[in-house]
Amino acid sequence: MTALTERQQRAYIGAIAAEARVNVELETEGMTLNIGPQHPATHGTLRIVVKLDGEQVIAAEPLPGYMHRGYEKLTEVRTYPQVTTLVNRIDWLGHFANEVPFILAAEQLMEIEAPPRAQWIRTVFFELARQANITLFLGDLGAQIGAITPVFYAFRDREHILNLMESVTGGRFHPNFDRIGGLKDDLPKGWIDECKTVMGRVQHFCDEMEDLLFGNEIFQKRLRGIGVIPPDIALSYGLSGANLRASGVDWDLRRDRDYPLAWKHADFKVWTHPDGDSFARCWVRLQETRESAKIVEQLLDGIPAGPIMAKVPRIIKVPAGEAWVSTENPLGEMGYYIVSKGDLGPFRCKIRSASFNNVSVIPWVMKGVYVPDVIAILASLYFILGDIDR
Amino acid sequence: MSSPDDTRPEGPPPGDVAPIENETEGAEVVETPAPPAHDELRSPVLEALAAKLGDALVATELVPGRDCWARIRVDAWGEAARVLRQELGFTYFCYLSAIDWLPSPYGKSEDDTAPAVVDSSAPLDHGTTGGATRFQLIARVERPGTGLGINVKADVPDDDLVAPTWSHVYLGANWHEREAWEMFGITFAGHPQLTHLYLPTEFEGFPLRKDFPLLARMVKPWPGLVDVEPMPGEEAGDDEEVAAE
Repeated sequence: MTALTERQQRAYIGAIAAEARVNVELETEGMTLNIGPQHPATHGTLRIVVKLDGEQVIAAEPLPGYMHRGYEKLTEVRTYPQVTTLVNRIDWLGHFANEVPFILAAEQLMEIEAPPRAQWIRTVFFELARQANITLFLGDLGAQIGAITPVFYAFRDREHILNLMESVTGGRFHPNFDRIGGLKDDLPKGWIDECKTVMGRVQHFCDEMEDLLFGNEIFQKRLRGIGVIPPDIALSYGLSGANLRASGVDWDLRRDRDYPLAWKHADFKVWTHPDGDSFARCWVRLQETRESAKIVEQLLDGIPAGPIMAKVPRIIKVPAGEAWVSTENPLGEMGYYIVSKGDLGPFRCKIRSASFNNVSVIPWVMKGVYVPDVIAILASLYFILGDIDR
Repeated sequence: MSSPDDTRPEGPPPGDVAPIENETEGAEVVETPAPPAHDELRSPVLEALAAKLGDALVATELVPGRDCWARIRVDAWGEAARVLRQELGFTYFCYLSAIDWLPSPYGKSEDDTAPAVVDSSAPLDHGTTGGATRFQLIARVERPGTGLGINVKADVPDDDLVAPTWSHVYLGANWHEREAWEMFGITFAGHPQLTHLYLPTEFEGFPLRKDFPLLARMVKPWPGLVDVEPMPGEEAGDDEEVAAE
């Protein structure tokens, strides 16, 4: 069916052989190991039932649903402006980035566009959300692999980004700042300079992480060649974001799609990695954070003057129609398919969250790996449970 | 396979369903790009899809420069996936879900806690590319490295909520179909493991159907609507309040 790498083939054959051994030859019993419902880095509660033969995984079955909040149902009884409050909590580390595609989809149906200043500030905030998200990923990554220090560095530096968010939106985690037609408020005085300082810190943090983790021999041994996902499998499972780019697929929605946002005014590189293993996924995310800081630095200098809100009616009714908008969120492609019937709220809102697809590859990728690799793969796939259990 | 749905009567559906179901009407609608909308990127895709699927392609719609839709007969649903992935290069699986077109019997009325009346004979108001049945599958696939994607829909017959599975073509469809199965009660023929994903095993009913009540709302009405009621003396379209600066 698909071209497996040599390692995958060996692992796969090993897994089949292991199953046969357990069941037939030695009449030994396989062991079922229940990982979770706690996530090693408490990104939520995911349970993974792993069938083992000795140290080798025969089958892994994730059981999500412990945090399902029924957002798709809830959006049907909310008005459009109220929905942003909900979707903030889908990927709670990438807070603002969740709001943007929903607002863009609603704006697309209403055929309005936010003024340029709002578009630029939206983009800056989107990237800040990405940095806040991936900063914590890099820290937790260390924690899950067994290095304790990075997580403290991560929390220290993420705090600066959250402070930036808070000084504008009033919310550290749930800004709820995006509005149909623009933004709630303008930037406060002196914020741009402050933001530039923080971008310097983020760059410095990335350098620190590279020194602390990525050059570390143990770190490399734990991650290199572990959990290889070839590009065709990644695409077929709908992996997106850094997970897909780490498999060598050069695709970034920020670059390849046309949004009424300011990415087209920034010069950034989309990093890919040919290996498709856990190390590649982490490495791509590290580079993505650096590029993200560069984007913000570039955009800060060019934020146009003008209003931050387009002319929208006080009571927002979205005309009947259907729209799909997805963006390149910290975790991958996040999109909303809105079906509107001209009411105050959506008739149906399908939420396509990145982690759901990213995690669905687990049964495939974990066949034949060893128990410590399970944690390494989970860490490198990087998911937020709120993003699986919408 | 799917547990009996206690909110809708079992057995043959109301009489209005049968005429819609009949094949001649499906065949009659077959006239591909009806609007002369053209898009250099998307029109060739719809044309190729029409050539491959023939009259199984019921309707298409194109918004130039933005997006395109195709509605496919449900018996060709599996074949459509194969054509899209293997012949048209849409190798990236985005999502698969369903839409329940029944107007919500609960409406948006916050204070109305009276039991809802499901009027399954009321005409359904379908959206883009139209439709004939209450449940419609919707999926999206994309061509990686580009901004090109296609939304695919299929009507699922009301009396037989079964569709062919996509999970052999797009591996990611496995979980999405499990979700659609437990949330809408649509069975996917050929799915390797149609078990609950989010819901507890013994859960009854299909939560994302429109006639499934939002129980939290029944217990305690949501006060949120107060915020968006028109102010005294204001019209709904009043844009006096626009935050200009």
